[in-house]
Amino acid sequence: MKYIDEYRDKELVEKISTKIHKATTKPWAIMEVCGGQTHSIMKYNLLEYLPSEIDFIHGPGCPVCVTPIELIDKAISISLIKDVILTSYGDMLRVPGSTMDLFQAKAKGADVRIVFSPLDAIKVATDNPLKKVVFFAVGFETTAPANAMAVVEAKRRNLTNFSLLAAHVLVPPAMEAILSSQNSRIQGFIAAGHVCTVMGYKQYFPIAEKYKVPIVIGGFEPVDLMEAVYMLISQLESGTYSVENAYSRVVTKEGNLHAQKVLEDVFEISDQNWRGIGLIPNSGFKINRSFESFDAEKVFSLQNSKVSESPLCMAGEVLQGHIKPTACKAFLNICTPENPLGAPMVSSEGACAAYFHYHK
Amino acid sequence: MNEEPVTYNLSCPVPHSRYDSIMMAHGGGGKLSQQLIQQVFYNAFANDELLVSHDGAMLSINGGRLAFSTDSYVIQPIFFPGGNIGDLAINGTVNDLACCGAIPQYLSVGFILEEGFPISELERIAQSMKKAANDAGIKIVTGDTKVVERGKGDHVFINTSGIGLIPDDRNISPLNCQVGDVIIINGTIADHGIAIMSSRAGLEFETTIQSDTCALNGLVEEIFKASKNIHVLRDPTRGGVASALNEIAQSSKTGIIIEEEKIPVKEDVKAACELLGFDPLYVANEGKILVFVATDDAEKVLEAMKQHSAGKNAAIIGKVTSDYQNKVRMKTILGSQRFVEMMSGEQLPRIC
Repeated sequence: MKYIDEYRDKELVEKISTKIHKATTKPWAIMEVCGGQTHSIMKYNLLEYLPSEIDFIHGPGCPVCVTPIELIDKAISISLIKDVILTSYGDMLRVPGSTMDLFQAKAKGADVRIVFSPLDAIKVATDNPLKKVVFFAVGFETTAPANAMAVVEAKRRNLTNFSLLAAHVLVPPAMEAILSSQNSRIQGFIAAGHVCTVMGYKQYFPIAEKYKVPIVIGGFEPVDLMEAVYMLISQLESGTYSVENAYSRVVTKEGNLHAQKVLEDVFEISDQNWRGIGLIPNSGFKINRSFESFDAEKVFSLQNSKVSESPLCMAGEVLQGHIKPTACKAFLNICTPENPLGAPMVSSEGACAAYFHYHK
Repeated sequence: MNEEPVTYNLSCPVPHSRYDSIMMAHGGGGKLSQQLIQQVFYNAFANDELLVSHDGAMLSINGGRLAFSTDSYVIQPIFFPGGNIGDLAINGTVNDLACCGAIPQYLSVGFILEEGFPISELERIAQSMKKAANDAGIKIVTGDTKVVERGKGDHVFINTSGIGLIPDDRNISPLNCQVGDVIIINGTIADHGIAIMSSRAGLEFETTIQSDTCALNGLVEEIFKASKNIHVLRDPTRGGVASALNEIAQSSKTGIIIEEEKIPVKEDVKAACELLGFDPLYVANEGKILVFVATDDAEKVLEAMKQHSAGKNAAIIGKVTSDYQNKVRMKTILGSQRFVEMMSGEQLPRIC
């Protein structure tokens, strides 16, 4: 596959591996922010190519994992309302809420459908004018523009039966929250390449400066990740802390301005509860007033429920990078992908699932 | 002998999953399917033949050996690139029999039809079943038809059951998997699952990927002609190659290692998998077979497979090891190693 095989090139990985080994003189704790990066590291077992001094702390960048349980409960409640079609991306359906997941809601008779794009949900709404169609929109800055576009499109078509249950989260505030946590031991970041594709990387300069941590924008293929590790280690070893781009074939400093514009038009910044981490100020998007007739929270006026997580699940510690999934007592004993206690075991991008599938 | 006192536990040893009703994933061929079979069906029906957990039952009758297998087909869409529910229903059961080492003989066919289903489509399906049965050299000798009210079925469901004769000199079972065995596959993986995904409502992408559905009994006969040391045959359908290999590693308590580089996958199938976030190792096949053969005969069997139309792209993909018992490992394209788990739940398209 063109543009993919080149970045899975064994010789290139080995070459960068040699450079990293040469550059590394002491232990470093680095965080790869995005769950997609965690999976690549595990899927290709890049740890075999890295010096043991490098300790990867797996970041919270899995949208499914950090969506708060209350919101999953809300999605389930909405799906069970008569004449509602709830649409979402596939891996969202298996995340446990407080009593069930969306697959179980479907088995109880809810009309829950997997779509591949929010525009597919628009089509479902157009084809089913007598139903209320809700798109459960989760994700970081990466998926937010497409969801915002769906709302714009729904308005343009005067669709009155479409709404968005939005649970968007933003990466830079989460990185700050993790860095300011007392037991943070993160010394450098590999930032999430796809988030930066949309947002650019200007936002990271103040973080690097304030916390004196180097930040390297990284891609997702083995060569991309190895290069990002090399650039990060080089900075750490030389004591610098700037923002660098190891994913320049996709990411620019300014990002995608069209996407940013549509985000600005449809959403406003809000405080957001992160599953496993807690409330982070200014870390999410909610639909702004001019589009509020498309906000499922307003359309269905649901009560906020108070729910608690399984006390055995240490997802919060995992998501903040305090522990590895294998250090959780529930890991493999009672928490498996078939019976997940927490979202990181569910999602194809979750750290616990990555350890379960590839590493153990 | 074990001197430890034994505690008898009358409850089911497999922990119940959190689901109290049937989920789609119970039919997905992964761990939930396995759990359901063990908890509900093995619990109720357990006997020596059933518990071999093979593609079909192998039965001794009057000194001869029979293979007996059944499968139901509920696929949507019923017509897809490369085939339809009809030829799939024939080939699937023929292949299950072939994977028991049997020469398929007779099939039964049961139809569950939904009120309103066009007879012209049923005729199309029946004609392709006729052709598939002729190609496989098998006779459809009995059948059944039921009709359910509109809305209570999904156009057409088909069940086929089949019997085949197992020649005396064959002994095929997952339990026979031996350390040192070489694992061969007869061609590219994941074609069927991706062809279905590509034609399923809501996910039409332009592609020329066709289902690989075909009968494998002809190929299997060539394999047996080439070697007397065939140990396991398995068609990796639902759950894909990863789940099939895990089942064999677990049944035989051996380890399996495969090489990513050697597993044949078409470029367009690879691209579709990248797009959807699927791993081709977990995507369904309907015309593939995994052959476990003693090392010395591996090249001979590979050559014989390549001569057959259903095995032109055959490749050696791995071997059986004594370490990492019950586990499947993969040497990645980079040369590093990782585990390959059985499929859990269904493969779900990812968010980003």
